[in-house]
Order: sequence, then C-alpha cells, then structure tokens
Amino acid sequence: MGDATRMDRRDFVKLLGGGIVVVVNLGPLTLFNTRSPAGFQRGYPEDINAYLHIAQDGTVTLYSGKIEMGQGVMTSLTQMAAEDLSVRLSSMRIVMGDTDTCPWDMGTFGSLSTRMFGPAVRAAAAQARLILTDLGAQRFGVSRDEVVVDNGVVWLKEDRSKHVTYGQLAKGQAITHTVDQKAVLRAVEEFKVMGSSAARLDGHEKVTGAAEYAGDIKLPGMFYARILRPPAHGATLRRVDTSAAEAMTGVRVVNQEGLIACLARDPETAEAALKQVDADFDLPTPSVDTESIFDHLVNNAPPANVEEEAGDLEAGRSACAQTVDTSYYNSYVAHAPLEPHTAVAQFEDGKLTVWSSTQAPFGQQRTLSRELGLDPDNVRVITPYVGGGFGGKVGGLQAEEAARLAMFTGAPVQVAWTRAEEFFYDTFRPAAVIKLESGIDENGRILLWDYHVYGAGSRGSDVFYDIPNRAVQVYGEWGRAPRGLHPFAVGAWRAPAANSNRFAAEQQIDIMAYSAGIDPLEFRLKNTTDKRMIATLETVADAYGWKPAAAPREDGRGRGLACGIDAETYVALIADVTVDTESGAVKVDRIVCAQDMGIVVNPEGARMQMEGCIAMGLGYVFSEEIRFEGGKIIDSNFGTYELARFSWMPKIETVFVSNDDLPPKGGGEPAIINMGAVVANAIFDATGARIRRLPMTPERVLAEIRGA
Amino acid sequence: MKRTIQFTLNGESVSLETNAERKLLWVLRTDLELTGTKYGCGAGFCGSCTVVVDGKAVRSCVTTLSDVEGARVTTVEGLAEGGRLHALQEAFIEAGGYQCGYCTPGMLMNAYGLLLENPRPSRDEIIEGMENNICRCSAYTRIVEAIELASGATGGSHG
Repeated sequence: MGDATRMDRRDFVKLLGGGIVVVVNLGPLTLFNTRSPAGFQRGYPEDINAYLHIAQDGTVTLYSGKIEMGQGVMTSLTQMAAEDLSVRLSSMRIVMGDTDTCPWDMGTFGSLSTRMFGPAVRAAAAQARLILTDLGAQRFGVSRDEVVVDNGVVWLKEDRSKHVTYGQLAKGQAITHTVDQKAVLRAVEEFKVMGSSAARLDGHEKVTGAAEYAGDIKLPGMFYARILRPPAHGATLRRVDTSAAEAMTGVRVVNQEGLIACLARDPETAEAALKQVDADFDLPTPSVDTESIFDHLVNNAPPANVEEEAGDLEAGRSACAQTVDTSYYNSYVAHAPLEPHTAVAQFEDGKLTVWSSTQAPFGQQRTLSRELGLDPDNVRVITPYVGGGFGGKVGGLQAEEAARLAMFTGAPVQVAWTRAEEFFYDTFRPAAVIKLESGIDENGRILLWDYHVYGAGSRGSDVFYDIPNRAVQVYGEWGRAPRGLHPFAVGAWRAPAANSNRFAAEQQIDIMAYSAGIDPLEFRLKNTTDKRMIATLETVADAYGWKPAAAPREDGRGRGLACGIDAETYVALIADVTVDTESGAVKVDRIVCAQDMGIVVNPEGARMQMEGCIAMGLGYVFSEEIRFEGGKIIDSNFGTYELARFSWMPKIETVFVSNDDLPPKGGGEPAIINMGAVVANAIFDATGARIRRLPMTPERVLAEIRGA
Repeated sequence: MKRTIQFTLNGESVSLETNAERKLLWVLRTDLELTGTKYGCGAGFCGSCTVVVDGKAVRSCVTTLSDVEGARVTTVEGLAEGGRLHALQEAFIEAGGYQCGYCTPGMLMNAYGLLLENPRPSRDEIIEGMENNICRCSAYTRIVEAIELASGATGGSHG
C-alpha cells in the first residue's frame, strides 16, 4: 500500500484542533468479491478506516473517504455514527471525499459503503460513546455504570439533575483514541436512528440549487477549457492549425504534450475558439461494429476462467429428459450521468488542488501524482456533490486534463466535458455473449448447467440453484479485457456483468420451467434449497399476489419473475407487461421487488435505491445501446441514445425480507440486475416470443413475435 | 456584437453588456454566478437547465440572451421566497424526489412552469408535462408524487 493510503495521526489531530478524536483500525478487511479486477482487490486501508471528531463546541464530525452521488450514503453513514454515539442526527456533520482530511478509501462503488465502511463508522462511534461515558463518570466521581448516555448528554442515573453534554466534556481535551478491536455496537432492538427513514441531509441544498458540484466552483482568474478530440478512438492527429483560434480576443491556446485546448473566461468563447481549430486525423479502418461485435467477442475473447464446476457435464447431458441450448446478447451501454465528468484544478506553490466529480478521490490523487510527477502529499482531491456515477466516474481523465492545463498556464482551469465528450470517453458496460446449455429430468429438476460468458465477466453468474452437473466459464472480465477485445474502453456499470449474466440465466430458468410445464415460481422453489432465496421468492410472490400458472398465456399481457444475488443481497422481482403485438412496443405496468439486504439502515433510502434500479434498468431493457463503427461512437447525445422517462414508469412496489440477524448488505445495485430477464419473461408470457438480445427494442420484439 | 441586455432575474433587474447571442445557461452560470441551473446536454434534450421565462418553462441551454430581453426569468435560486421554501421544494424533500440532485433544479423549474399553466394537473398531465426532463437516477415516481403533493398544497391557485 502506497504512502498516500496512510494518514499520520498527528496530521489530522493538528488539523482539527482540540476535542476528542476517535480513530478506527479494524485491520485489513477483505472485499466481497475476490474475483473483482486486480486493481480493486487491495482491500480497505490497513491503518485507519474512519474517524470521528467531537469538537469543543459539541459538533460531531464524521470524516469519510466515500462520496455522495445520489445513493444516500451521506445520510446513512451519518445515521450509523449518530446511532452508536447516541446523538441526534441533526447535531452531526460529515466531510466526504477530501484526500487531505479524510481517511484513505478505495472508492465508492460495488455497493460497499454500508457493508464495508459501516462497521468502521459504527465502531468509532461506539468507542467515542464509551470515552464520553467515562469522562462523564469521572466528572461526577462515579463509576461507568452509574451514568447513562442519551442524545449527546451523560446523565447521573441517581440524580437526573446532574448531567453534562458531549461538548462540555470535549472542552479542553486533546484525546486521540484508537479502536483496535470491535467495540460493542448497539443491538437492533436498541436502534433509535438506524432502521428509521431519516430525512436526507442533502435535501435542502439540492432543492435550492445551493448544492455544489465540481462545475459550480469558480476560482479567481479561472479559465474554462475546451479540448480538441479525435473523431474516433484509435485516430491519430496528422496536422493541426490553431492560428485562427489564437487570433481570437480573450482566447488562450495550449498545445503541449498532446493536449490541444482553447481556454477562455467563459465556456462559450472557449467552444467558439475550438471550432476555429483546423485539424486532420488519420482514422483506422473499422474492424467491428454494433452488429458484428458478438462474433468478434466469441472469436477474440481470452481463454476461460472456470468459476464454478461440479459433477460431470456429459453425464448430466445424457441424464436429461430435455435440454435447451441458447445464446443471449447484450450491447454496450453508457453510464450517462446527467453531470458530465468535470474538474477544476489549481496549481499553487507546488501544490495541486483538484475539485473533481469522481467516485474515487484517492485513486485520482494517486493517478494525478503519478502522471504529473508530483508527490502525493502535494496533490489534494476534493469531491463536491457528484451528479451521478453508476460506475462511470472511477477513472479521472478530466481531472488530469484540468491539472495539466492549470500547470501549463499557471491559472486555475475548469474542464467540464460536453455531452458528446461524455459519450465518447465513457467506459461503457461491455457488450456480451452468453452461451448456455441446460437441461431437466422428467420431474423438472435441473441436471445440467453449462454456462459460457464472453466479454462481460463473472459477477452474477454464480449458480444458486441446486444443479448437480454444472460449469461456469468466464471468457474475460470487464476490468481486464485484453487489448482489442472491445473497440473502446469498458468499465464497471451499476452491478458490472450481473445485468448480462442474469438476463441469460433467469430466462433460461424460465425456458426450462416452460419445457417442464411448471409454474415459474414453483420451478425455482423446487430447484433451490437456499433459504434466503426461498424467503425472497416467497416474499415477492406474496406481495404480488402470485397465482400459479404455467407461461405463456399469450393474451398480450404477461407477468415475469426473475431473481438473483448481488452484493450479498438477495433480490426477486415480478413484472407485469402489456405488449402491443402490432408495433412490438412493450409497457411495464407494475413491478414488485423484494430484497433481503440484512439490517436495513434507512428503509426509505433503500427503497429509493430499489426504485432507481428498476426505473434506470428500463433504459437498458428497452432502448439503451451504443452504436459504433470501430472506434467511432455514433451516439453523442440523448436525441438518439434514449434513457428511461416519466411515461415509462410502472407502478413500483418494494418490500423487504426481514433479516435483522445479518449486518447490512449492498443496496445500490441488486435490484437492477434482473431487469432484462424479468421483462423478457413477462414478454414471453404475453406473446410466446423469447427476446434474447438487449435492448428489447420494438423492432426486435416484433421480429420475435412474428417468428414465434 | 456587444450590446446592453436588460431583463428581470428572480425579481431583480439585471443589465448586461455582452453578446446577445450568448446562451442564457452560460450567462447565468458564469457572468451572474447562479450555478443552480445545470448543463446536461446542451441541446434541449434533458431539461437540467430549465428555467421559467415569463411563466413558461424553457431550456436555457438553447435560449439566447436576446430571447429573454425584457422578460422575467426565474431560476431555482428564485423559487424560495424570503428564505421560505416553495411548496414544490418542500414536496421534493418530503417525497424524496431527487437522488444525485443534478437534474433537480431543472425538474423543479419545469414543474413550476407546469403548475403556473395548470395548477391542478392530473397524474397523466404531470407525466406528460415532465416527459422531456430526464433523471438518470430515475427518481421519476417520487418526482410525480412530489408535484402531486405540491399542487395539492398550493390549492390550485399558486402563481
């Protein structure tokens, strides 16, 4: 672990002034998914996981390397601290994503904040409560069990007129305490703040326009930059003439180290200047496009990693009464956060400060120091509110560009990508092919699962059905695809790989249920002994009012079911659809989603994430698809790349499977992973047609209906 | 070509000496330092930059200064009055009609324009009126609930 991941205790004690600081060191924590890309396998910091500061004026501040991008962790992390510290939520504040003041953090992704960071926050708070209890007891000259703590006040049990606030206790102190083992956390039955739907802390700022995003930061003397971009990935600059731009009033042109940019005091002038730059590029001949990508992936994918293997596939195959051999396809999908990648950089006295829209401020600090040859101590990344990430704001090209331009010019510079740049440089969800052969015996028991996934990766491919003969082979993970497999960058997209894997797996399960003539719910329950999955399926079926019937009903309306596991959360959905068999247009009328996510820290916050997953998922289900010719990205704005809209929204109902024995599990991603399959299964029920390629556009649905 | 452009912004008169063909979005964000209005697509597709001009919701990224000359412009910063949140702002908080918050100013202003024209819209009218505002976090159903809440709260006579 590099130096940048360590924070000297003295540094921040100095930074914070007096009061009480509680630092947590829970030791290295292991990541949930050991199959995640190597770069993400470093785990959590080994020295400091979190810290809390109780100032002399009684303000309690939680410092977290996490960032807020809409998922609500600003509130849920603060809630956890408030709970174990026994203070009101309103008396707390949180500082997030600042590399100078917050403990090192890997990044905000993978539905990890609550699962991995939560325990550290709670331990720090519990320890702080203990310290304050002891200080209070000391003040009254009694033992620890003669006082009680409530809402930031230590009371003498015997005589409630004697009490002292946390602020009074912190006054004149300079205590730094390190928690080396898990402190005693409050039990679920004692929860006052956790488990309730606290009002979100970012509400007021976000509805008044006061919430600050990277692009809202304006420094004295700041330039707005527009950067020359190639027309396609892989293109090389042959010739450039910037003289016309240079001749414009108020424009400064930079042409240094491959970065050609027009800078001005407002973004429109910078844009107008960039239009004056005359450039020719050499373009490589496109070798693959939107339609040929699937063969390309199968032919060029690296050798398989066997993720799961049991029994004997050949024996299973011959024991089956029926087998189904199918392929499924998924397209490249953009993250399309409404806030494009943005950064403001300032270089002063050898120190670089960058305000960046990023999911990984510490990763960006490391990249910036490496790329710009600066000591990590001289690079500070500050993360304001982030306008959506979904996995797309882990890299930080825009921050590097802003930093370079600030260093070249000696002035602060803002780089805010246009929507076209955002589409061009996005790290797309990879296109994928899944080839899958499965089979059942005459009683509807699954005997065979021979699964091959190309391009997407392993997440979501794990088999939770009891299948004696199975193999899961993964040809290339999204995070380490060999050069040339994808014609441009790909990356993590809300539950990476899982959206493709569940699209295939849960349709295949449905196809087998149909072959066996068994109700899809009954078929799933019959083929799994996983208690959490059974409970999740039963909960969703109850909430929906499921009546057993084998699909398809073929009357233009249909219902579908799909389930899966993501970020240790169990999720099952049922969808009702109406299909216009003349146009192929599909409308989702109702979705019921059940989730077992362990302890639910903030039920309303968790519901918002489930609803967001479902609604956002409709985009990739019906319309989202990046069209391209080689390295040329054809879609550059929302006119052709269509996201889900108001009128697409079904009635959404969310239910929790009660499981308070389990610590909180991930909530930002699970509900999106089954969206493809649950809709495809409902379309099958409505029409008898199987749609095996995402997105399920009206044209594709119509073609399958006509062919069915 | 520079000239003097005058309009009313959140109730106060503004006079600018600048090029009239500049887009309102960038003038608001840079010259006037009102950064609540957001850039999302620059082409009128997403609605993040929505402001209300003379009672109508418009996309400020495709609106020029000359388009608003002499007009009354309201941005998200002008929605609260005297430190008191507008019913829509209260309702967005109450219903949880936002996540990352980036599209929120545009959603609020589009809804504000909608309620000015139709103070008691039906659910279908809300959906139709909001259809071209995009929320990538997809808080759509709660935004609809928020607008329903606010239109109820304003008793149909807000304006």
